[in-house]
Amino acid sequence: MQVRNLIQQKLTAGLSPERLDIVDESHRHQGHAGTSAEGESHFHIEIVSAAFEGKSAVARQRLVYDLLADELKTRIHALSLKTRTPAETKTP
Amino acid sequence: MSGNPVFDRIQQDLDENPVVLYMKGTPMFPQCGFSAAVVQILSDIGVKFKGIDILVDPSLREGVKQFTNWPTIPQLYVKGEFVGGCDIVREMAASGELSTLLKDKGLLS
Repeated sequence: MQVRNLIQQKLTAGLSPERLDIVDESHRHQGHAGTSAEGESHFHIEIVSAAFEGKSAVARQRLVYDLLADELKTRIHALSLKTRTPAETKTP
Repeated sequence: MSGNPVFDRIQQDLDENPVVLYMKGTPMFPQCGFSAAVVQILSDIGVKFKGIDILVDPSLREGVKQFTNWPTIPQLYVKGEFVGGCDIVREMAASGELSTLLKDKGLLS
């Protein structure tokens, strides 16, 4: 399965996000260490989920990292995250 | 002593240096965009830090990920406490939280 679909599936199941944007940035890193010929190695993900409520930034990212633990060990070389609660999207 | 020589070495780094950045490459020559971004932020704030290149030692590269249960590099520690990776450090720098933390710890005037 495509890495993007796996990410989508696992984060949807684990966080019931209100919003989930997965951007594959692998093309920006072609040819440098950590990129695989298969592509899909560098991702930026924005998640809005009530599961982040009352959690520190570190705790939020750990939630995501735990859900994607297998992919981080194999296919994903770099992952940049923006984790917000629904309430935080309403304040500028 | 944790019984794990890599963990002991990390703990020693953290005990001896108030601000530690585990990174790919060195502060002068970062080997990764995320590491370079954090070096830039720390330099802009003007805090002294010790950059430790994990690329030269595979056991350290894996060890530092297990040490704090965080699967990515860079990792920033202040006074022995894990602060975050690139995304978190960027957000904390933008909000002013990072300077506040460093001032509270007496590392920035």
